[in-house]
This record gives sequence, C-alpha cells and structure tokens, in this order.
Amino acid sequence: MCQVDEDYGRDIRSADFLSISKQCVKCKVHTPAVLLRVGDPYCRGCFHEYFIHKFRAMLGKNRIIFPGERVYSFNFYYLNHSVVSVNSVYSICRSPGTLGCVGRPFIMLNGALIGRSLEDRHKTNTNIRVLFESTGFPFHIVPLEQVSAPSYFHKCIFLFTTVLLIVYCKLPTLVLTRPHMSGSNCASSYKVAVGKFDQNKSCAIQPSCQQKEPVDVSKVHTVQLQQLVTSVKTHTAREELLNMLRQHLLLHMARIEGYSKLMLGDNCTRLAVKLLSNISLGRGSQTALDTGFSDSRYGDVIAVRPMRDYSAKEIAYYNHLFNVPYVFISGLDSKDSIQRLTESFVTKLQTAFPSTVRTIYRSAYILHLLLCMPQSLMMLLCLCKLEAVELKTLLCYSCQLTIKDMVSGKGAVAGLVFFIGL
Amino acid sequence: MPVQCSSCAKNRAVLKRPKTGHSLCKECFFCAFEEEVHRTIVAAELFKPGERVGIAASGGKDSTVLAHVMKVLNERYSYGLELMLLSVDEGITGYRDDSLETVKRNQEQYELPLKIVSYEELYGWTMDAIVKQVGLKNNCTFCGVFRRQALDRGAIMLKVDKICTGHNADDVAETVLMNILRGDIARLRRCTAISTSSEGDEVVPRCKPLKYAYEKEIVLYAYFKKLDYFSTECIYSPNAYRGYARTFLKDLESIRPSAIMDVIHSGENLSVRDGVKMPVQGTCSRCGYISSQALCKACVLLEGLNRGLPKLGIGKHHRLHGKLLSQEPLTEKEEKKLKPPEF
Repeated sequence: MCQVDEDYGRDIRSADFLSISKQCVKCKVHTPAVLLRVGDPYCRGCFHEYFIHKFRAMLGKNRIIFPGERVYSFNFYYLNHSVVSVNSVYSICRSPGTLGCVGRPFIMLNGALIGRSLEDRHKTNTNIRVLFESTGFPFHIVPLEQVSAPSYFHKCIFLFTTVLLIVYCKLPTLVLTRPHMSGSNCASSYKVAVGKFDQNKSCAIQPSCQQKEPVDVSKVHTVQLQQLVTSVKTHTAREELLNMLRQHLLLHMARIEGYSKLMLGDNCTRLAVKLLSNISLGRGSQTALDTGFSDSRYGDVIAVRPMRDYSAKEIAYYNHLFNVPYVFISGLDSKDSIQRLTESFVTKLQTAFPSTVRTIYRSAYILHLLLCMPQSLMMLLCLCKLEAVELKTLLCYSCQLTIKDMVSGKGAVAGLVFFIGL
Repeated sequence: MPVQCSSCAKNRAVLKRPKTGHSLCKECFFCAFEEEVHRTIVAAELFKPGERVGIAASGGKDSTVLAHVMKVLNERYSYGLELMLLSVDEGITGYRDDSLETVKRNQEQYELPLKIVSYEELYGWTMDAIVKQVGLKNNCTFCGVFRRQALDRGAIMLKVDKICTGHNADDVAETVLMNILRGDIARLRRCTAISTSSEGDEVVPRCKPLKYAYEKEIVLYAYFKKLDYFSTECIYSPNAYRGYARTFLKDLESIRPSAIMDVIHSGENLSVRDGVKMPVQGTCSRCGYISSQALCKACVLLEGLNRGLPKLGIGKHHRLHGKLLSQEPLTEKEEKKLKPPEF
C-alpha cells in the first residue's frame, strides 16, 4: 500500500533495468546507441546496416526499379512537415550494394505561397544549394510557380470545354496523356537485369555534380499563384490544392527531364496520416495509390515509396546519428485543416498506443484500387481514376469538395485551369 | 433579422441543417429528413411489401426516431410492412430498466407490438452479474456480442423477416475509422453496407435506414417532434478507444460538416487486395449461430463466465476451442492466465 515516507529502497532494483540494454541486440558486442522498440537496442554500426538493408530489401522485393537504372528522381517536399530531409536515401544510394541507383534530388519551393519575401526565398535557395553541392548529386530546385511557367502549358481552355474535348474528341492533354509502358521493364526480366548489372559493375553510372539553376519566375506568376491559393476559402481545400499542384509539377518535371521513376520520401508515419486524411476527405478509393509502394496512375512515370517501411523515429535517429544535414522550410499555415487535425490525432494516439501507426500502415498494405476505368477517364485534378462512369463531371468526389471551397465564379476555376496546364 | 426558410420561403427558419447548411422551418425540416430516409430505403430496396420488420428499440434517440419515421413512411408510402418493436434487456439496473419504460411508452404511442428478450433468460447472466465478475474493463465485449445474438434470437421468436437498427451516419463513419485504427479489414469491408446479406437460416438480415442521417439531425428531429426518448449514457461504458475515434470525427465535422459523409463514401469505396486472408464464415458447433471459428464468440464468453475464467473470450484463444468443445478441463497454467483480476 502507498504510505507517506515509505521506503522502497530495497525493492527497487534499477540495475536490472539497465542490464536489458547493455548490448546491441544484433552483434551482441557493442554498446547500443539507439532503442528502436522495447527490447531492440542497436549499436551504431548495426543500426546503419539494418537501415540500409531495409531500403535495399524494399527495392528488391518489389522489383520495380531496375539495377543501374538512371531514371531516378528523388523528391523532397515535406512542406507540410516543414522539414526537407536530405536524408538517408542519398547516403544509401552511395553505399555499396544498392544496385547503382543514380538519383537527382528534386526540391520544390513554396515560399511564394506563404508570402515570404524574395530575399528570404533566395536565402533558403542558397542554403539548399550548398547542402546538395556537398553531396555531389545533381539536383533540381524548382519554385512552385513553375507549374504555371509558359513552357509548361500548351493550351489554356476553360475547364468544362476541356472536359468535353477529352471525353468526345479524346484530345491528349499534358498531364492526362498516358503513354504506353515499355514492355522491356517487366518483372520477369528483373533477374536478367541484376545479372547484367553485376557483370558490368565497373561501368555503373557515377553521379556527376551537375545542377540545374532554378528557373527565374516572373512576378506575374507569383501573383497568379497567390491569387489562386487565396481564392480557396478553407485551409483543408488549400492543402489539397497545393498537393495537386505539386503532383502536376513533379510529373511534368519528370517527363520533360526523361525520368521514368519518381522516388518519394514518404515514411510509415506519414503514410498512416495520409491514409486517415484520405479517408476523411472522401478519397477512400484512391488510398491504395497514395499509400502503396508504387503508384502507376501516370502510366509512363511511376512513383515509388521506398521508405514506406521506416518510422519517422528511425529516420530521425539515422539523421541524428550520422549527421545528415537538413533544411527547414515552413509550409502553409493551416492549423484548422483536416490534414493537420489528422496528423495531430495520429501522433497523439501513437503516444498512448504505440502500435497505432503500424496498424494503420498495415491496413494500407492490403488495399487496392477498386475500379479499372478506361485510360481516357482520368481525373483532371488529382490524376486518379474516376469512381463512377458519369461523364457529366470529370471531378472525383473529393475534388468536387475542394472546388466547392473555392470562391465562386469562373475566375477561380479558370485560374486553376491555368495552373494545371490544361 | 429573422431568416426565412430557404425551402418554402414562407415561414421563419428555426434551424440550420447540420448536413447541408440550409436554413429551414420546422415543417420543411421534417419533410426533408423523412424524404431522405425514404430515398435511402427505396434506393437500397431495403424492404418488400408484406414483410414483417422488427425495429431494434433501446428507448434512445436513434431507435425512437427510427420507430417514428418507419411508422410515418410505412403509412405515407404504403410500404405494406408489419412493424414491431424488439428490445433487449441486458439487466443493467439504473439504466436499461429506465430506458425500457420509455420503449413501453413508445409501444403505446405508436401502437406497435413489443417483444423484450433478456440476457438473463437467454444466457442466465445479467450484465450486473457479468460486471461483478469481469470488472469494468472488458464488459462491453460481453454486452455487444450477447446483444447481437439476442436480437437475432428475439427476431426468430417474433418470426420477423428483417431487423432494422438505428445506426446513424456518425456511427457508421466512426466504425470506419475504428476499423482502420484497429486494422480490422474484414469488418472494414462490411461495416458500411446498409444491409447484411442473408447469412444463413439462423440469422435475420439487418438494415440501417438512418445510415445517411446525421446524429445532430436525429436529435433535432426528436426535439422538434417532441418524441419521448431516454438520454442517459450506459453506466458501464467507458469504452475509451472508441472515444478517440468519436472525438476525432466530431473535430472533423467542425472543420468540414460534410466530413461524416466523406468518411462513409471512403469506406464504401475501399477495396481489399486479392489474396488477403479473410475469415471464412461457418457455424458454431454448439449453438449453430454464425461463426468464423469452431465456437462462436458468445459461446466462448459464456463458457468463460460459467467456468469462472472471464478472460477466455477476450483476445484470441482459438487453440483452446477443442478443449471447450469436448468439455475438457484446462491446465493450471492456462487457467491462471484467464482468471479475473483480483482486487
């Protein structure tokens, strides 16, 4: 029983607790540096090995990325999360045994959206450039305004006209075009490709330190982008819109640069949040694409999420232990958005019930896209397939909600058309 | 300045519909609410003319509104249904006895026959006695499992063709979220279905006519119609984990009122990959009720209570089913794990 001035001195054996984590669980020799789960302490070396193995295992298991393939584009765009982690992917790709991946980190800047001054934006730009130059990887820094740059859109037609054109005349539009996949990259040829790569290891492509200067954007585009975003009334819809623009720009950049794979840095924690916020936004049918290992909705460009097995904690440990540098970029201030609410909900629940994130993530693992629709019926905004064969609208359920939250009038919708480059 | 009803433009609006945001007068709200339920029933073809339908009545707001609306619509649109009320008495002193009084009053008001089945007569245990043995931690598991079976047994006694329950949109959305948080894919697949398919002779199909009705609107409907309902939380239901999902859903609703419908829409459009192992539905070898195991959950729980090992049905103890079926005693080690907590 609890009593005042009780003496527990003899009963508490603190030494016993310490003894659990005296040795690394793997090599059983060194002192542990991190505790990933209860009873799983790792030393520095073993943790590094474990971390890299996990990445390689994920790529090997899914067999989507071929050895020595040049077609990588790493994309770091955690603007919501405010941390652009130039993390493990980069160092892993340089480590031996990763089948010679060569990637180009891709950084998207959204300073204009949050009203940051030009000077401020230049400063961030310089910081990121310095950071990437030290890695030796070629990289891209692209301001979000470029989604509206003249080179990007071929034609600007009012949204509903476009809808009709796509449906009845099957006119290809920039992002809706879905070229056929090349037949050579099928899963069966994976082993052959690995064999060839092993033979020609010496010829593996080495990264060269080239970089593309960020394209200067005119003030007009900045103003237009800001106008589009302010035309959205709610924070939820604003986040959605930003995601769509980001998706369009990424796809566009990958296509004009000739990359066929987009590597996204989504981790397990982020995917759990994504799944739950997708459900809350009415995007249930698209969740499998948004959270799966590979996302082939674009046809010629496949997005992959090789870091989906890592928890945010593991990545944070890795970055801390191996001094991986990062740059802080603030995102939209959207405290009362569904996306933010979901994030804080999952984080809080995870503290009370430590298996929350893993359980949600496992649910995502067994979902798949419900409907198979003809390729001409791709969603205009989120590039997902439609949920019903209704030609009266080419907006999915959730995108209709986003448009509903925009200031009424043709101006806003026309602005959107301008930006998504129809 | 008083706001006019946006539908009839004659009367003064008395409420703003939580679901659509429209300002409506009392009459237009009743009409809109009832029409929506009617459309749901017609679109999903929930009933056929001449069917006997049992309304699961607890005396709470949802089931009271359901009974009222079903009676109104049955007369207005000539569904040709024979309606009756079906209640379960869990044996919770200070809660269910009071709410059953409300159901009895409803029976007189709506002139519908009423059947009450009790846990005590079906299982030999009241919830009061169960809580006494298992404590307040897992008692909702017993109550939920027993209630489902009790409703079915009551329905068979009444010889009804269908049971309709008062689950509203908030309940369905909350269940979608709960199943995702718990990783229960089998339930996630079927929780949004408006009607259960006929799962066998032992099970009466169930449906949720209020599936698309917001909880707030049900309360408003009951309030403006001055319906007689019982509004007290169960004294044994802390159910903390569901509370998290509920709070989250309410927060979502406050940000975007359509969020409840959005979650349901998502749930309806989720699909599970081929090759994922799903529990196969069979029948309980003791009572014949549907079960994915050799023994149904209710039989395992009951066996646990009768053996003084209440934890037998909490968690997964499928390996012990063989012993339970052949009435073999458990080993000392097994029993130690399943004994009630000592206070």
